[in-house]
Amino acid sequence: MKEVEKIITVKNLVKKFGDFIANDNLNFDVYKGEIFGFLGANGAGKTTAIKILCGLSKPTSGDIEVGGFDVYKQTEQIKKNIGYMSQKFSLYEDLTVFENIRFYAGIYGLTNKEIREKSDNLIQQLEMQDFRDSLISAIPLGWKQKLALSIAIIHQPKIVFLDEPTGGVDPITRRQFWDLIYDTANKGITVFVTTHYMDEAEYCNRVSIMVDGKIVALDTPKRLKEIYHAANMDDVFLQLAR
Amino acid sequence: MMNSSIRIEGINKRYDDILALKNISFDVAKNELFGLIGPNGAGKTTLFRILTSLLLPDNGSASMEGIDVIKDYKKIRSMVGYMPGRFSLYQDLTVEENLQFFATVFGTTIKENYDLIRDIYVQIEPFKKRKTGDLSGGMKQKLALSCALIHKPDVLILDEPTTGVDAVSRKEFWIMLKELKNKGITILVATPYMDEASLCDRVALIQKGQILQIDKPKTIIDEFNKKIFNIQAESSYNLIQDLRKYEDTYSAYLFGQYVHYIDKKSSYETIKLKEYLVKAGHTSIEIEQIKPTIEDVFMDLM
Repeated sequence: MKEVEKIITVKNLVKKFGDFIANDNLNFDVYKGEIFGFLGANGAGKTTAIKILCGLSKPTSGDIEVGGFDVYKQTEQIKKNIGYMSQKFSLYEDLTVFENIRFYAGIYGLTNKEIREKSDNLIQQLEMQDFRDSLISAIPLGWKQKLALSIAIIHQPKIVFLDEPTGGVDPITRRQFWDLIYDTANKGITVFVTTHYMDEAEYCNRVSIMVDGKIVALDTPKRLKEIYHAANMDDVFLQLAR
Repeated sequence: MMNSSIRIEGINKRYDDILALKNISFDVAKNELFGLIGPNGAGKTTLFRILTSLLLPDNGSASMEGIDVIKDYKKIRSMVGYMPGRFSLYQDLTVEENLQFFATVFGTTIKENYDLIRDIYVQIEPFKKRKTGDLSGGMKQKLALSCALIHKPDVLILDEPTTGVDAVSRKEFWIMLKELKNKGITILVATPYMDEASLCDRVALIQKGQILQIDKPKTIIDEFNKKIFNIQAESSYNLIQDLRKYEDTYSAYLFGQYVHYIDKKSSYETIKLKEYLVKAGHTSIEIEQIKPTIEDVFMDLM
């Protein structure tokens, strides 16, 4: 049986910018070790909610805990216990593979000894020995993304947030990246992921769909397809978001 | 001979030790909606920059509507509409100011060519006083398309217009492209989304600077000579793991809730595979032969 230990709890989350309600009373839990798909149209309010969950922005109201820490008062603890990766923000192009690992590991407070061990292991796991001292700008995008994810979890966080991690990559690399997501979840790290590829929504344990600041659906992909009499998640999404 | 709008002949482009484009040649017919399908780093943007006169090829030639992209680059710039992959409008101007700016730069007015952009622009017109930087992704994309069209180009070149755009906006965008095609514009569009290939008249599959195949999407699918099986079981994660270990597996890839499977043998029976999966503990197994998708073909060519 799957553990149902909650790693994120969101109760009545509201975020307003002036008159505009970006997050309109969100309620959901995310369980330890699950892959949680956070879907929605552009402008639906996903980024606003992710920023709050990462401790980067304060909600207007609501009770929200991430990894057992409060998003109002314990943002520093939250930041230590999460990892974050996106297509837009990840690695420094003008640093080498090793320098990026050392930099992020240092930021997360690992000791020099730990950094040496971890970086050797990581480079070996990713089979990037020959590229240890190559600039990030010189390695293929698929590798960058795998490296970025590995670095985002180098401090063994409780949760990792992946914001559109697979945009633009080739279909094989995209699938290899999902292997890495499954590995991450199997290590007990909760994966909170956004994507515009609806086939990837099928790979999540549970999926929420946001429309105009509200969560309009949250369930397993299988249940959602039953509820909306849909052949696939693309159909579900189109029915809800159009 | 088809009536060509875009002709590309033997283009090579090297950046230091990376060959970004290897001997690229193809034609796009007048009024065709042509897709360049390939991942990041395939060379799509390099080719588009050469076509739009922003970059010189090492060798080879290209023309649009009979105009050479190197010799007559000034003419090229007035007859092509280009929407780059990176959002390139002025974020601190309003929606209306951006459109006005591009019209003026091209020596025309919004009014003169309004017919061409009406259907797209009306969707963002309620926000015309808003700063462009404050628009959502879908709205930015509509404005960028309007700006690329405001000088009534003969050829429209779109570099990944749907990357990072949600599934609903993507569908709407392709409807807009069909309408522009119906108005007589030749469209060359790049996309990493394989499912968008089926919406093009013809596509070129491109990977690592080389064209893998060019044809109508339907022909590419019909001519694919391997049998693809759609396999479903209770846990698709375990299913893919077990299929990778199976002795007769040629390839097995996740496709949403299914696995697409190709067997090493062409004369292939499902009984042996089903027995293997049952033995591995799988339940609710369903195996059926299906038509391939462009994504299946692409991965097989890679």
